[in-house]
Parts: sequence; structure tokens; C-alpha cells
Amino acid sequence: MPQVYFDYASTTPIDLKVLGEMRPYLKKEFGNPSSVHSCGQRVAKALQEARKTIAEFLNCQPAEVFFTGSATEADNLAVLGLIRAFESKKKPHIIISAIEHHAILEPCRFLEKEGVELSILPVDKNGIILLSELKKLIKSNTLLVSVIYANNEIGTIQPIAQISKIIKEKEQELKTKIYFHTDAVQAANYLDCSVKNLAVDMLTLSAHKIYGPKGVGSLYIKKGTPIQPLIFGGGQEQGLRSGTENIAGIVGMAAAIKEAGSPKAKIYTVKVRQLRDKLIREIPRIIPAVELNGSLEKRLPNNVNFSFAGIEGEALLIALDQKGFAVSTGSACSSHNLESSHVLLALGIPEERTHSSLRITLGKDTAAKEIEKFLKVLPKVVERLREISGYKIK
Amino acid sequence: MIDKPYYSKKVIEHFMNPKNMGEIKGANGIGDTQNLRCGDVMKIYLKIETKGKKEIIKDAKFQTMGCGHAIAISDMICEIIKGKTLEESLKVGYEDIKAEIGPVPSVKIHCAALAQAGVKAAIENYKSNK
Repeated sequence: MPQVYFDYASTTPIDLKVLGEMRPYLKKEFGNPSSVHSCGQRVAKALQEARKTIAEFLNCQPAEVFFTGSATEADNLAVLGLIRAFESKKKPHIIISAIEHHAILEPCRFLEKEGVELSILPVDKNGIILLSELKKLIKSNTLLVSVIYANNEIGTIQPIAQISKIIKEKEQELKTKIYFHTDAVQAANYLDCSVKNLAVDMLTLSAHKIYGPKGVGSLYIKKGTPIQPLIFGGGQEQGLRSGTENIAGIVGMAAAIKEAGSPKAKIYTVKVRQLRDKLIREIPRIIPAVELNGSLEKRLPNNVNFSFAGIEGEALLIALDQKGFAVSTGSACSSHNLESSHVLLALGIPEERTHSSLRITLGKDTAAKEIEKFLKVLPKVVERLREISGYKIK
Repeated sequence: MIDKPYYSKKVIEHFMNPKNMGEIKGANGIGDTQNLRCGDVMKIYLKIETKGKKEIIKDAKFQTMGCGHAIAISDMICEIIKGKTLEESLKVGYEDIKAEIGPVPSVKIHCAALAQAGVKAAIENYKSNK
């Protein structure tokens, strides 16, 4: 039975055009861009072009784009690299939202153990950060604020430009410099990623979430932002990320970015949004005791996240998998541990409801008939699992 | 690390078609148990009969709100304890379940402990009702 793929937030299939652009760099144009001979220089040119494409998408200078081995690495570089470059006797202070991806949360927790001060910026019940709290949290030793542009589990979109404005005001008031980073991994397909409009100092992108290849990410670093490398070696990426560049991956990332910014992408975004709206409208209509997690309005057009009372999310996932649908509980990472999602808990969702969540994320290849089919199967699966759990609808 | 396959064929079989799900009308031992960390909730129903000096589990059923492994394991433990004495049933654990459905990923072994606790609670409930 062919699988219906509803897990685009975890990863996306590679676009055929992207694959086509990558192909020459796996075999024919295999050179090392650091080599002086023409075999290397042709590849160096491709690298330069790719950087330019990303820069155009972000509305920044090519020299402000740094390729990494993943978005996780880019997030780590933003956090750890900035702290490493920090020169002061004062203890640096970091503020991150309560719903960051683990790629931000974990390096920050690590730094906290090393003596860095960490504050967690709370969100409201819809999963939107509290701007008033941000104002209160910023202090004279605040060095970094990092807020995820669009959340990976519930798709909530944060007011990045507004956050930036608050940070700027506080900078003036406290006569200090605060750097602002955003993880735009989930946002890149659907939202404006102009760093000028967002007014951020650093921004993370991933290729495999936008129909590009796995194993490549990038970090925008505004000129003048102090960053120290985490990986040392041959001095690639202006010394910030040594290691021979993954050229095919980088070319693929640029091709994927080009597609994400194309008018074609706007058309499929409309379609995806309509299909998502159908799921959000229909699921509570045909299944009792379900609740949407996260804001309805400030939400990525491809994200659906519901809790089904009386059912454990993973059981629902496995049962749906048996029926031919690939969905997820929270983030793909959460399958490694048993704890409740820190994202859902941050919204004040009761613990039992956090165990009952299911994430359905759509993409450009999602078809209307797949949604129809899903809406036929889901109520039966939910009913069956509620029978197994003995759940009685109140 | 996630063990592969995360869900074995046998586990899927028991999860999709549990033979022992539901309540037992007139159960004389009912045990509630839960794992606060993973949020699983399990209820074990037992029908215990006395044959001579022995107390035998005549029927066992479960209601579980948990992952696929928790459901499959609940089903299996009910299957295993049927026909056993109370003493024998209390000794049934992960090794016995593993012998039937194969190993489960390391993060899921606690599901067996939960099922074991459920059986124990149901037997205790039976004893306290006697």
C-alpha cells in the first residue's frame, strides 16, 4: 500500500529539479572548491552562485551566508559561537523562548551548566511569546535572544520584527549590544525571510525541510557579529566552519531556496492552506473530544496538531501507519524519549493531553483525495483506540 | 538510539488485534496502574476462580491508554496469565512477554513493568475483596 506522507515538518522529499541541479556535483564536477586548478575553480564558482542565491532570498550580502552540515549545527554555531566570542568579565545572559527546537534548547542548557545565565521566555496558551515578558527579561548583561520563527510541532509564528523592535529599544535604554537569532527552518517555505524586514542578526535555514537534500544548513550572520568557530581546520567559510564544502548539498540547497521563493511556491501554499483548513475544520466535527494545539491564526499553512482524549499519540501514529499514513506525534526527535513535549507543556496544556497529540504536516505534493481518505480512516482508528483504552466521552 | 524495527510484526499484530481488550463483567480483581513519566494508564480485569486449594485466573482483560507496545504487552500478559495460579501470575514479567512477542526497544521495556504492576494490583484487589 503506498504511504500517504503527512510529515513534511520532519523532512521533505527532494524536488526533482533540485536533484537535477545537484547531480553534476556528485560525479562530473567533483573538484574541491579550495583547489586552484580549474577543476576546483569551476566548483568554487558554483559555491559562490549558491551563496548568492541564499543571500538574495535572505536579502543580505553573500559574505553573510555560512554553510554548515545541518540546521542543528547552524543553531549551535549561533549560540556557542557568539558566547565563545564574548569578551567581558560579566556573566553573559541568554534569553530563549519556551518552545525552541532542541538544537537551540540543548546548547543553551549546556551553557547554563558552564555558568551562562539562561532565561526562558514564556508563551501564551496559543503558543505566542509574551512580548511584555521579553521586556522584563532583558538586562544589562543580555547578550543573545533566540526565538524560533515558526515552531516545528505546532507551527505557531512568532512576531520576529516586533521582538526585534523591543530588543533595539532595550539596547538603547541599557546602552548595550544584544544579538537576535531566529531559527527559520520551518518558516522558510512559507514566510518572509528577509533579514532586513525581520531585523535579526542571525538566522538559521535547513535544506531538507524545503525539498532540498539532507546534511546541509546555513547560518546568516550579520556583518560585525562576533562569532568564533566550533570546528577548526582548513579555514573554509571565512574560517567559521572548516571542512571541505558539501558542494552537491549546497547547490541543492540553493536550488531549493530558489523554488521556495518562486511564484509556483505561492500557488501551492494556497492549496496547502486550504487542505490544512479542511483538516482543522473537519476533525473536531467528526471526532468528539479533540483539541487543536497552538494558535489557529498565527500558524504555518501546513501544520495541524490535535490532541485526542483517551489515546496516546504514538498508538495513533502506529495505527495510522498500518493504514498507510505517515504522521508524527510531536517532533520526530521526541520518539527518542518518553517525556511530554516541552512545547505543549509551555502552552499550559495538561500533561495527559500532551501525550495525546498528533502532528499532521502537509506539503506541496499533498493531494485533496489524500485528505479525504484520511478523514475517512481517522475516526475509525480513534474510535478503536478509545475502545482499547476504555475511554468514555464525557 | 532507536532499535530497529521500532515496532516488530508481532507487536503490531497484538496492537492492531488485541484479543483481551475490554472489561470483564463481574470481575473479582481489578487493578489500576499508571506511569507518570510516559503518561500510560492501564486497567487489568481478572476473573479468579477457586479450584480446590488453588486460585486460578480464569479470564483476564485490559484497558490501556498507551503506545502500541503498551497495548500489545497488556494483551500478551493477559494471554499468559490465563489458567495460571495467582502465585504464578505474579512472577510473569518482561522475559515471559519477550518469549512470546520478541524483544521491544529498550525505552519500552518499562511497559512490561507497568503491565506487571497492573496484574499485581488486580490480584491485591481480589485478595482485599475476599
